[in-house]
Amino acid sequence: MRPMRLLILGPMLAAVMACAAAAQQGPEIPGSNSTADHTKFEILKQDFKSGPEVTKACISCHTEADDQMMHSIHFNWDFDHPETGQQLGKRNVINAFCGSVAGNEPRCTSCHAGYGWEDMNQPPPQQSTAVDCLVCHDRSGQYTKTATGAGHPPLDPVKPGTKTITGAEAWPVDLAKAAQSVGMPGRDNCGNCHFYGGGGDNVKHGDLSSALYNPSRDVDVHMSADGENFTCSTCHVSDKHQWDGSRYAAHASDDKGTGKPGARRDVSTCQSCHGNEPHEANLKGIKLNDHTDVLACQTCHIPEFARGGVATKTVWDWSTAGRLKDGKPYHEDGFVQSDGKHLHTYLSTKGDFDWGENVTPIYAWFDGQVEYTTGEKTIDPTKVVEVNKVKGDRADGRSRIWPFKRMEGRQAYDKNLLHLVYTHVWGPTTDTAFWTNFDWGKAIEAGMKAAGQNYSGEYDFVDTHMYWPITHMVAPADQALDCESCHATDGRMVGLAGVFMPGTDPNGWVGMLGKLIVLAALAGVALHGMIRLLGGKKGGHHG
Amino acid sequence: MAKRCVKVYPLFERFWHWGQVALIMVLLFTGLGLNGVHGLLPFGPAVMLHTVAALVLLGLWIFATFWLFTTGTWRQFIPKIEGMIAVARFYAYGVFKGEEHPYEKIFWRKHNPLQAATYFGLKWFVFPAIWTTGIAYLTYNLWAGSVEAPVTWITVIANLHLLAAYVIAGFVIVHVYLLTVGHGFRSHVAPMITGYDTIDLTPEQEAYLETNEPGRLRPAE
Repeated sequence: MRPMRLLILGPMLAAVMACAAAAQQGPEIPGSNSTADHTKFEILKQDFKSGPEVTKACISCHTEADDQMMHSIHFNWDFDHPETGQQLGKRNVINAFCGSVAGNEPRCTSCHAGYGWEDMNQPPPQQSTAVDCLVCHDRSGQYTKTATGAGHPPLDPVKPGTKTITGAEAWPVDLAKAAQSVGMPGRDNCGNCHFYGGGGDNVKHGDLSSALYNPSRDVDVHMSADGENFTCSTCHVSDKHQWDGSRYAAHASDDKGTGKPGARRDVSTCQSCHGNEPHEANLKGIKLNDHTDVLACQTCHIPEFARGGVATKTVWDWSTAGRLKDGKPYHEDGFVQSDGKHLHTYLSTKGDFDWGENVTPIYAWFDGQVEYTTGEKTIDPTKVVEVNKVKGDRADGRSRIWPFKRMEGRQAYDKNLLHLVYTHVWGPTTDTAFWTNFDWGKAIEAGMKAAGQNYSGEYDFVDTHMYWPITHMVAPADQALDCESCHATDGRMVGLAGVFMPGTDPNGWVGMLGKLIVLAALAGVALHGMIRLLGGKKGGHHG
Repeated sequence: MAKRCVKVYPLFERFWHWGQVALIMVLLFTGLGLNGVHGLLPFGPAVMLHTVAALVLLGLWIFATFWLFTTGTWRQFIPKIEGMIAVARFYAYGVFKGEEHPYEKIFWRKHNPLQAATYFGLKWFVFPAIWTTGIAYLTYNLWAGSVEAPVTWITVIANLHLLAAYVIAGFVIVHVYLLTVGHGFRSHVAPMITGYDTIDLTPEQEAYLETNEPGRLRPAE
């Protein structure tokens, strides 16, 4: 009886679990009809002891994959900007969130698409097995990386208290199961890192949150199962493990549109699918198409960001960090998210925050090029420092008005050399890490040392702005912005240079002159009529 | 000379006039909304209504221009200095004294000199100003790429368009008011509805009409 029951129950249970897994993972992923079933490969039926061992097995067949990956920004975190010449990438930049990677490896490199990068002064490890294939290609859903493990996954036995990169309690990863499950990346593969940038769900981008694992149509018309059911890589096309979609050098406009039928698209622009005249050729559509010379699609079609019930961090004031209660760090949870979850508004480790849900973007001309206030740049502390300056001008022919999240920060700088500083915040075992010892002096000195920068020894805090182009969470067409969101006296783009916008200025001098003409006409006929009435004469009759 | 009830406004002219009235009202209303003066219509529908009304009005003007020249009616609109002072003096002074309007509407000349001059100004300056700027405004995307500073251009064009619109609004106010002067509002409006007005005819005109166009004469009221 018992074996019989198991025989029936087993497959049922498996079916239920498979359904549950499918529901969780959402969309059908391109390549799921692959000609290779990785569960049948002998080399993957191993008792893998580490991530690199799996990679070794992968590249025994996929012989060029490691080399391709090692030339990608996902691996190098290094970007030579083709226009500004700046050396950017996570390895180099300072941001308005956790500050810098330098000094905080292996916490930050937990999201590195590789294993064991523990020193930003060195390039990432160069052995081919240092590439992490599974983080992008695991389809078992149970592969993850520990939050502080320089990219390595939590393996049995997991030390209690260990967290994953998404902040969840860590579990022991079954590497063989992961290796046999591989496929093209799903949303979870990308999202587990990209949705949690800045130290938590949607903290950084504003338009990339856990809401996109399985969004409603309202939140993302492309990614929703009720919409197009896209994965990230449906749009973010790749070639040799190089993806399109950069925040340093973006495609702010795309005059090539869809290209010829069958032409390979190498960009993730809206136009590459929707063309350059995306609206219907009717009275309304023609007028809307007339806007594409100045507006990015995102400007109207992403009316607000941080939709779908996950807030984004909008303010981060580091200068208040370090307050203790009875010698101990504490926190305040002053923001209530729409799902009832309380979010930190003060942490001794990080300072004061503010959050926003359904946030109205700010708008600026954007040619796709972003210039960073890197560690070498001199700042003016009497003004708000732009951590990254968004470039663009109407006259250049390629800029469009884009929506941005503006992150308001207050962060440390070198008072004498006038540079933003690198800070060593994470380091449970060092006596310099800010999150351990709450001493800015030591944390900055250690951070600057780790980044190989000069430091005068004196710091202060400066207000900063950081800009994040908004391009995800495209709403259904019927929820795009109405004309009067901008064409109104209090419209969204009031004050934006290089724009003539009907409906925003009814009382300019011509408007006033016009009103004067109408008033004069009214006053004239009123006066004329009054005199006629008083005189009791209706006006001349012909005999 | 005899007073006769004569058809002075043929059907097309009346259609032209009232069509123009309706379209100009729609254009003024939607236009002021688009300019931000009021928010009674959503911006998008207002743009479409404004565009359609403008295109229809342009079409009507093309027909009217054709009609004016083929029928010779254009001569009605040529301004004359003669008599203008008298009309101006009447509106500024005589009307208060109960004087008679110095202009007698005659068969081949239905506008008084001041009226003709005003219409001449409208037709030659204000209307062309509004439709040339309107077409330039509407077709912005077709030419913006070939000028140096498109924002400056469109700003100037839009403001000229706005100014012309306000001048037309001023005209409408005075035009409607002047209908109340003289015989009164109803008797001024009626001819533009029925087409018939009571005017002096010379014996020759009377004889001509009775012989050749009896339909244009009605028994006197």
